[in-house]
Amino acid sequence: MTTHAVRIESVSKIFNPGRPNEVQALVDIDLDISPGEFVTLIGPSGCGKSTLLRLIASLIDPTGGTIHVNGKSAEQARLDQDYGMAFQRAGLFDWRTVARNIELPLELMGWKKSERERRSKEMLELVKLGEFGDHHPAELSGGMQQRIAIARSLSFSPSLLLMDEPFGALDEMTREHMQDEVLRLWSETGTTVVFVTHSIPEAVYLSTRVVVMSPRPGRIATTIDVDLGGRNDDTRAETPFFEKVTEVRAALRAVEAA
Amino acid sequence: MNVPDRLRPYVAPLVAGVIILAGWEGTLAVTDPDGFVLPPPSDILGALVENRTQIWSASRNTGFVIVSGMIVGVLFGIVAALLVSRFRTANEVITPLAVAVNAIPIIAMAPIFNAWFGLLSPRSNQAIVVILVFFPIFINTAKGLTLVEPAQIELMESYAASKWRIMREVRIPNSLPFFFTAMKLSSSLAVIAAIVAEYFGGRQDALGPLITSSAGLTRYDDAWAAVLAGTLIGTVLYFVSVLLERFAMPWHSSMRNDPFAATR
Ligand SMILES: Nc1ncnc2c1ncn2[C@@H]1O[C@H](COP(=O)(O)OP(=O)(O)O)[C@@H](O)[C@H]1O
Ligand SMILES: [Mg+2]
Repeated sequence: MTTHAVRIESVSKIFNPGRPNEVQALVDIDLDISPGEFVTLIGPSGCGKSTLLRLIASLIDPTGGTIHVNGKSAEQARLDQDYGMAFQRAGLFDWRTVARNIELPLELMGWKKSERERRSKEMLELVKLGEFGDHHPAELSGGMQQRIAIARSLSFSPSLLLMDEPFGALDEMTREHMQDEVLRLWSETGTTVVFVTHSIPEAVYLSTRVVVMSPRPGRIATTIDVDLGGRNDDTRAETPFFEKVTEVRAALRAVEAA
Repeated sequence: MNVPDRLRPYVAPLVAGVIILAGWEGTLAVTDPDGFVLPPPSDILGALVENRTQIWSASRNTGFVIVSGMIVGVLFGIVAALLVSRFRTANEVITPLAVAVNAIPIIAMAPIFNAWFGLLSPRSNQAIVVILVFFPIFINTAKGLTLVEPAQIELMESYAASKWRIMREVRIPNSLPFFFTAMKLSSSLAVIAAIVAEYFGGRQDALGPLITSSAGLTRYDDAWAAVLAGTLIGTVLYFVSVLLERFAMPWHSSMRNDPFAATR
């Protein structure tokens, strides 16, 4: 039996059950993700993408169903620090230097100081911000901060990377640059990625599989496999890319019309 | 004007201050040469120099009440804020209580405090400073401890960090700007509280009694000199707060060379 990186079985989530502000956020979610996959969740806003990601992270608990990460309960995976997370807002700590922001998860995991410093140097090189280790986050641009947040989420080589619209606040050029950066990190580290976005081209460009979700209540409408091979500067201008973009767009139209 | 950046924040207020003092001096020389209503700055300065031994020892006594009261009030405020932000029950108990106590006009209770602690004991005045300083420190620090970006808390939880670790790594650093704003507010509050409380009792060799007795003898320049001494204590406390702030959070953008930044 192969262990799934993520296994979601008949999961549902109701916020504030039994109260007037009850929200049925997700129903009947089944999703298996294999190690090394790059899965994006896409759908109209409010369809439960962030909720699904936070369920996988065990930051909230499902109302029904089960979630396993690396063959353990989601909570155990969180306690074992199996995954790294990055959000739309970089969420860096102003009071720590850039290097010490990257070292934060390592400190919590009890790494030795010398090991931490060696690793944060490596990670800074990886996101091409080698000379900014001693700066404070406030001195960096939004795109640079986001790169630091990604470096932080990767610093302890998690087997699973959870990203919630990490490039949502960036301009188009920075965004495309960051997409290539994440693809490079993904192929270099072999980590599994679950990535939330509401941008169709972003979903198609990045993923091996696009999961299209529908709202009220949130459920999985379709999944679309993507195989663009090695991406380069031309990928976004080529037919296979356009065909997939069209396919995902049609699926989203169907979802919104329903 | 070409002023070096480092000195910039000081030059404008200094120039303005000198102009105001000169205007005060000049106007009085014409309208009130005997200084019945308002003594000119030169007389106040003269009284300060003339009575320096008395004002110095009064300032030390009042300064002790202010500083000791502030230290205790600040410590209580910090501890209460930590408890309230960490334990829900503490929040449900302490916060309404603090709000209720804050609604009491504490300074107006100075005579009652004197009855409790003894008319000539400085304890009652210290207690008033403690209570008055406590509230802004408590409320602001608690706000800083709780008003944290939810994503930062989720991030820490995703690393399976304990509640105390989250307190140390996220909540406490996040609360520092709030805390120091409250410190700056408290420093003037503590001076007012101590001097007004001294009008009603406590040590007699102190700024409050010096102001009342000088005014009673129509020696207004002496009274003003004592007020000036109180002002200096407040100013020193303000700048000590600024120094502590710079030391505690060198990363903060308001730290870039403007001592008045946080109050602007
Ligand atoms: N903590 C919460 N409490 C109550 N309702 C929530 C909470 N988080 C999300 N929701 C609701 O669940 C639904 C899905 O939200 P979310 O997962 O954030 O959507 P998306 O990320 O796809 O935009 C929305 O209707 C939202 O209002
Ligand atoms: Mg969302």
